[in-house]
Amino acid sequence: MSSGVEHKKIALLDPSDALQIKEKGRLRDAMVSFSYPDGSLDTLKKTFKKAGYKAILYIPQQSLDSATNTFNVHYYSDEDISITTQEAIKKAIKAQARKIKMAELGLNEVYLKRLNTTVALQAKNTDSSKKDTSSSRVYVATALGAIMMFLIYMVIFIYGNMVMRSVMEEKTNRIVEVLISSVRPFQLMLGKIVGVGAVGLTQFAIWAAVFPLLYLGVGLAFSGKLKALQQLTTTSTSNGKDLEDLMFIIQELQNFNYGYIVFIFLVFFIGGYILYASLFAAVGAAMGDDWGEGQSLTLIVAIPVIIAFYIGIAAVENPTSTMAVWASIFPFFSPIVMPARIVFDPPIAQIILSIVVLMLSCLFCIWLSGRIYRIGILMYGKKTTLREFVQWMFRKD
Amino acid sequence: MNVLELQNIRKVYQKHVACDNISFNIEKGKVFGLLGPNGAGKTSLIRIITTITKADQGLVLFNGQPLNTTHPSLIGYMPEERGLYKKMKVGEQITYLARLKGFSKHEALKQLDYWLDRFDIGSWRHKRIEELSKGMQQKIQFISTVIHNPDLLILDEPFSGLDPINTNLIREEIDNLNKNGTTILFSTHRMEQVEQICENIVLINKGKNVLEGAVDQIKNDFKEHIYKIDFNGTLPENFEEHVTLVEAQTNSIKVQLIDVAHANKFLNYLLSNGTFITGFNEILPTLNEIFIKIVGGVSDE
Repeated sequence: MSSGVEHKKIALLDPSDALQIKEKGRLRDAMVSFSYPDGSLDTLKKTFKKAGYKAILYIPQQSLDSATNTFNVHYYSDEDISITTQEAIKKAIKAQARKIKMAELGLNEVYLKRLNTTVALQAKNTDSSKKDTSSSRVYVATALGAIMMFLIYMVIFIYGNMVMRSVMEEKTNRIVEVLISSVRPFQLMLGKIVGVGAVGLTQFAIWAAVFPLLYLGVGLAFSGKLKALQQLTTTSTSNGKDLEDLMFIIQELQNFNYGYIVFIFLVFFIGGYILYASLFAAVGAAMGDDWGEGQSLTLIVAIPVIIAFYIGIAAVENPTSTMAVWASIFPFFSPIVMPARIVFDPPIAQIILSIVVLMLSCLFCIWLSGRIYRIGILMYGKKTTLREFVQWMFRKD
Repeated sequence: MNVLELQNIRKVYQKHVACDNISFNIEKGKVFGLLGPNGAGKTSLIRIITTITKADQGLVLFNGQPLNTTHPSLIGYMPEERGLYKKMKVGEQITYLARLKGFSKHEALKQLDYWLDRFDIGSWRHKRIEELSKGMQQKIQFISTVIHNPDLLILDEPFSGLDPINTNLIREEIDNLNKNGTTILFSTHRMEQVEQICENIVLINKGKNVLEGAVDQIKNDFKEHIYKIDFNGTLPENFEEHVTLVEAQTNSIKVQLIDVAHANKFLNYLLSNGTFITGFNEILPTLNEIFIKIVGGVSDE
């Protein structure tokens, strides 16, 4: 047993023999060992500690047959009962009750197994010109959606933070005053967002180019071993069903319209990045010289991203739910939620609406952040409160 | 011709009035001093000139035109709070800032070579800023301010934090640029530097224009006819009946007289009483004294 898990010794008192220990066998559990001492409950209550028991399990007088719904058990101890112990006791007694009930009803395990039926669901489209969506397609789509969603989530955080740090660096360095005597603050902010975004895209492009090569390299290096491994798995799967599934998945992977998916992904990738990067730039400008001060502001920007991520997870599981549809249109969630849905072919009208809303929001956020930025970068040594942050949005030059 | 004309500039930050109806002109080719204690509104004014912020009211004319987006490339600005990208190399840093001012890469590199050569620091080109000492960084800062040959050079407290050697070096460069036609706006709260460098000054306090004019003229206007007299031997016993004694030392006194004619009379009086005069000079007030007199010695520091 792993450390920290105690093997508990528990005294079981069943004076009415409701559990039929002698006929049906003793209770078994990995966590708890049951003993069956003689004696009354009252005497045992005094002596159980000395006898090395953790607790006494007392079965009161009651009947146990196929009509029994609830079975009462009393647990006596001088300390609180842990959840694991509770579960272990319940499990052991449940198993015993099942044995008793099965015997009474004349059932055995073979019959019970026969009650199970495997359902093979084949999804067919009512429009016969369209391809049928196989059930394995859903699994593949879920995985693809989750991956794209996660990528955008990461991009927003990593590159959004990069923009924020860069703004803060210029502010704390005091170089910003020289810079904005040459260019407009808005130009500087926009340049920063575009610049860091270009870095992000380049890094992604490198990953996209290197990853397949890496995969290929690993494949070649271990080709011999890989084959052995494959053989091992094929022989171990008795009916070959897993392999069949794998074949389906590989087949399905080729059935997606990647051009379309990648295009939509890039639109939301860039839109989501611009939206959040501009907000992060504003936060960076509003922050003081040290990191601690701006935490609350950072959080305000980060919270919608995190919420969007959780909605996205729900959306991959249920891509047509009302929440998923609305979240994929709401601009602060859509960059993460829509890519999660896109592999499930949502209506084109929703996609267009979402993109339009996102673009307008991007413009608005850039404008808003620009206003905060131009004031924030010249404010030194003062802690920015949320109130000031809002005031700056509406202040004239 | 005026490089810069400020007309009734007013700037209010929330409830604080940073500039209140400030006007002055800077003549081309002059060294102009913008004086005032800390918090007087100097930096606010400079930020308006450098187009960092806009004035709430008033007009700024640069070469006779209202300030527009082409003007920043004609202005070189070294803020009081200085800074450079710490991780960037010296050469990259300076060319980057030159290109922000609209220089082509080729021009920027040419200018960089000239200045690195001038300061004899060609070997620093590939060093990161963070590897340099504070004084070295100040030199780089100065070069990046003047790299684009600005018409107007704005220096906000340029000598703060500089050692005497670097101070002299930068001063020489400022003089040199001025001789070649660059107009210089020099902002400081250290009056003694201004006396040495500037021809014209404007003095602001609490956002208001307090005093304006040529340094010599201002000093003359504020003189109090204080004379320093060096002598050998003894002074006449009752000389204090004729003048107000300001300060007395073994062989020199400072006295306040009524006017120039009075000075002549007093000198005659001393000579006729047998005092050996070795020096008789009028003491003009320093700008610092004038400043304290005007603002009552109260600053917002």
